[in-house]
Amino acid sequence: MARVSFEGVSKRFGDTAAVEDLTLDVHDGELLVLLGPSGCGKTTALRMVAGLEEISDGVVSIGQSPVNEVDPKDRDVAMVFQSYALYPHMTVRRNIEFPLRRQKVEAAERVSRAEAAAATLGLTDLLDRKPGQLSGGQRQRVALARAIVREPKVFLMDEPLSNLDATLRVQTRADIVKLQHRLGTTTIYVTHDQVEAMTMGHRIAVMKGGRLQQVAPPQELYERPANTFVASFLGSPGMNLIEAERSGDRFSTVGGDIVTPSHLSHVADGSVTLGIRPESLSLDTTGVLATVLLVELLGAETHVICAVDGDKRVVVRQDYDMVRPEIGDQVFLNIDTSRLHAFDAETGVRLEQAP
Amino acid sequence: MSGLVARRRKNSGLAYALLIPSLIVFGVFTFFPFAKNFKLALYQNPPYPGLPSHYVGLSQAGSVLGSPEFHQSLISTFLFVAMVVPLGLLGGLVLALAAHRQLKGMAIYRVIFSSTVVSSVAVAAVVFGTLMDPVVGLLPWLGINPHPAILNNPTWALPAVAIIAIWQFLGLSFIIMTAGLQSLPEEVLEAARLDGAGSWTMFWRVTVPLLSPTIFFGVVIGTIYAFQSFGQIDILIGPQNAGFTHTNVLLYYIYQALSVQNDPGLAAVLSIVLFVVLLSLTLLQFRFLERRVHYAGN
Repeated sequence: MARVSFEGVSKRFGDTAAVEDLTLDVHDGELLVLLGPSGCGKTTALRMVAGLEEISDGVVSIGQSPVNEVDPKDRDVAMVFQSYALYPHMTVRRNIEFPLRRQKVEAAERVSRAEAAAATLGLTDLLDRKPGQLSGGQRQRVALARAIVREPKVFLMDEPLSNLDATLRVQTRADIVKLQHRLGTTTIYVTHDQVEAMTMGHRIAVMKGGRLQQVAPPQELYERPANTFVASFLGSPGMNLIEAERSGDRFSTVGGDIVTPSHLSHVADGSVTLGIRPESLSLDTTGVLATVLLVELLGAETHVICAVDGDKRVVVRQDYDMVRPEIGDQVFLNIDTSRLHAFDAETGVRLEQAP
Repeated sequence: MSGLVARRRKNSGLAYALLIPSLIVFGVFTFFPFAKNFKLALYQNPPYPGLPSHYVGLSQAGSVLGSPEFHQSLISTFLFVAMVVPLGLLGGLVLALAAHRQLKGMAIYRVIFSSTVVSSVAVAAVVFGTLMDPVVGLLPWLGINPHPAILNNPTWALPAVAIIAIWQFLGLSFIIMTAGLQSLPEEVLEAARLDGAGSWTMFWRVTVPLLSPTIFFGVVIGTIYAFQSFGQIDILIGPQNAGFTHTNVLLYYIYQALSVQNDPGLAAVLSIVLFVVLLSLTLLQFRFLERRVHYAGN
């Protein structure tokens, strides 16, 4: 177990920067999720910890020591790949034993450790099969067993669930969380799936265009997004963002005026981007006039997609037992102004109240 | 339902129509000569040209297969293949590993390494023949001067032509191995690096097994190539040479029988032997080598 730290880390491929000036601490025993859209640099950051990618600038440390110049095999990290990366010519047993053989672990101990790891992941009956004879979910578990059998300082997981079907993904997600909790091994988990991030991470680091946007526990990230990107990326669907103009005690928007709530009284007059979560909006008899474009039924909840003033799209989240509107209906949106967020209209940065 | 049957019948008619051109080509140049060859093997030719051949059944095949020339030819052929295939593939693999890195100018090396594919047998034979020449060649310059000279030497003539065949096979072998290396799953190699594999373990425990389909393909192709080598021997050794009995591989023996000895019967029997040997070797390779081959399975 160990902490992992990035200090001003950059990675450039020619003229393009995959990661820029990343400073981030992963605490000892923590499950930190690196979240972002594809091409945001999250996998590159992970691969720099593994030693599979050279570091252009800055320092990556595992434990107390910088590892920039340390060979991957000497970093004591285990990685689970999106493609599982099992050795196709070896049985499950040999796959799991492979890292132990490289460490010259004595035969008896090697067998017992490999079998214990296999048992943990429910692979005991599959030990003599080859990866080609396993299902996707089983291969994924072999990859996990091969990682845990080493008892490494750090687990690195690169989108390990993205090749699984939806049901298996939910189940394996829970299994990984339980496993990580039991072993207490520092884990960096890369995903583009915000549901995975929210449900698994102790903290989430959101990245975009090679830059870190915000690091926070899931709930804080959801409730206090640092900028419009984080606000719209997290949540399903993401936060509604509306251009507004503050003057006096109101924000004027395309759909009408909103009385400035007390928690946003610090926002200066002028242009501002307001954010409102779909669940903070409701269909009512008064409020902002909107036209229903689409009604998406998800079972437990319904998403009503409306157009305000012609083309401005706003999503409203309703519970399943509420009266659902029809497409084309004129509705009024009621805003829970106590849950309104404000962001700088230019930079998208959250406008925090001065302490 | 009946419409479906009719449509299927119409489609199969079209399929056969489309097959006709290649059936004609294969029929004229492959199937007919193949069948004709079996007939030729049953007829013996008198030693002088122009006289009619007569039917002898399997007796001609029996006497050819029992002759010492044939045995020597078979031994030479297998020795030749045993030198060319492993060394050619190993050399190709070493070159492919050397060129398998992202360095500037590597493309030039790739072109050089694969260039033997497009060089002509005749040119290669003349170049190597000069290098092996007892007077102006490389060996006397190095102070090595076997007697009789290499290409006339019963011990060294076969290895000498094998070296030329290996050199020519290197290009194809390099291309096959390079293609194999480039298709290796990058993440598996990375996983092995993280799992603590050094370069030696990496090569033997991961790269070679993952490359085994490629190596297997190379063995099959290389074997067929080696069995069909002809030009080097014809140009450098020839029947007048003292080293000839040891370099008279099957294919060359067939050519000799037909063109020099004017004996289609003998040539036909030898052709059947070559066919049977190649077919059974390929089947054996599929049966035994393929067990050790690991295709990336689903």
